[in-house]
Amino acid sequence: MAVVETYAGYGPIQAQRFSPYADNGGSIVAIAGEDFAVIGSDTRLTVGYAINTREQNKLFRLSDKTVLGSCGCWCDVLTLTRVLNARMMMYNHEHQKVMGTQAVAQLLSTMLYYKRFFPYYVSNILAGLDENGKGAVYHYDPVGHYERNYYYAGGASSALLQPFLDNQVGLKNMENVTKEIISLEKAVAVVKDAFISAAEREIHTGDAIMINIIDKNGIREEKFALRKD
Amino acid sequence: MSIMEYNGGCVLAMMGKDCVGIATDLRFGVQGMTVAYNYEKVFDVGPQLYIGLPGLATDTETVLQRLKLRVNLYELKEGRKLQPAVLTSMVANMLYERRFGPYFVEPVIAGWDSKKNKPYLSTMDLIGCITETDEFALAGTCSEQMYGMSEALWQPDLNADELFESISQAMMNAFDRDAVSGMGAIVHIIEKDKVTTRKIKTRMD
Repeated sequence: MAVVETYAGYGPIQAQRFSPYADNGGSIVAIAGEDFAVIGSDTRLTVGYAINTREQNKLFRLSDKTVLGSCGCWCDVLTLTRVLNARMMMYNHEHQKVMGTQAVAQLLSTMLYYKRFFPYYVSNILAGLDENGKGAVYHYDPVGHYERNYYYAGGASSALLQPFLDNQVGLKNMENVTKEIISLEKAVAVVKDAFISAAEREIHTGDAIMINIIDKNGIREEKFALRKD
Repeated sequence: MSIMEYNGGCVLAMMGKDCVGIATDLRFGVQGMTVAYNYEKVFDVGPQLYIGLPGLATDTETVLQRLKLRVNLYELKEGRKLQPAVLTSMVANMLYERRFGPYFVEPVIAGWDSKKNKPYLSTMDLIGCITETDEFALAGTCSEQMYGMSEALWQPDLNADELFESISQAMMNAFDRDAVSGMGAIVHIIEKDKVTTRKIKTRMD
């Protein structure tokens, strides 16, 4: 009896399923000080081994006191930040005041959990000044769990960046050091050093970093070149 | 979970000026369960010659035993001790013999090359593809974390004390962010005519 060979697999041929998610890489680092917060992100946007652009800012100014760093699935980042901006504007019109950092932090969590079963595939870190003018860093998982920290790393290179921050900002495993809150100069230097290391080994991180420094005078922006290969 | 992460563990080695260091964590576990915290993954296989074998623990021990056999045969036949580069070739050859059913270990070799009179450092993948380096070499479950730390803390021409500090800090902060590595560490600093071995206490969780 003739054996009918269909193809290498078994069962009927199925169409390639559409995947609604992409991983566009990118990394974020944020450090909070006594009266400032620093947040930096790389500017490379990738799909697999391809680089879509070398100059994509991943920091979003939500107000004069709050900056969101967001990376992962870039289309989700765009949607999330658009909706977040709209919700903040609605708050502004309703209450006649700008949303504070803590309120934005809670709103972002709620928005992420609202899509609990079809999540935004996004790594978020929120940096800013709280209602007392102190530096604040919040980090999120894709479904809205969040926590306030003094420092945090997220995105493609988080595994490379986080232990370095533990050591240099959290002063972990250090002997004979006085635990004092980090200065602005040190914080900016640590962000640069962390990204230089990450860009050395992580292909989805590189090109440049955008750094936003948030203090009582507003937000200052700084650009720092990384390796482009 | 990958078989390379079944038992956990990591090895980190760095080159300095006229010295080379190699460190191992001490955890032995079965997935999430910690079984022992005195399990060294770096072994002494010659004069000022060390090999780290992180990966699947059963293969760590098998490879070590089979390697010792070959090292002894070499020494009897040649009537001399082996150089680090020779050990590297020997291990690579042994691993490639199992090309299609490999031992799940990623060796890191550090030693003193007494012929060229300088430190030697190499690493290879589980089927014996060698990388010789004069910077740093690492393997294990927290490799990403160790790369991040080592790229920041390593620099050329560290002296023996600075090298110890760099290796220790890179290793500790890396495995503190890995659930299946850690539980203390042992660092060997190899110099021309001495080896300094230190045990590091770290957080035990």
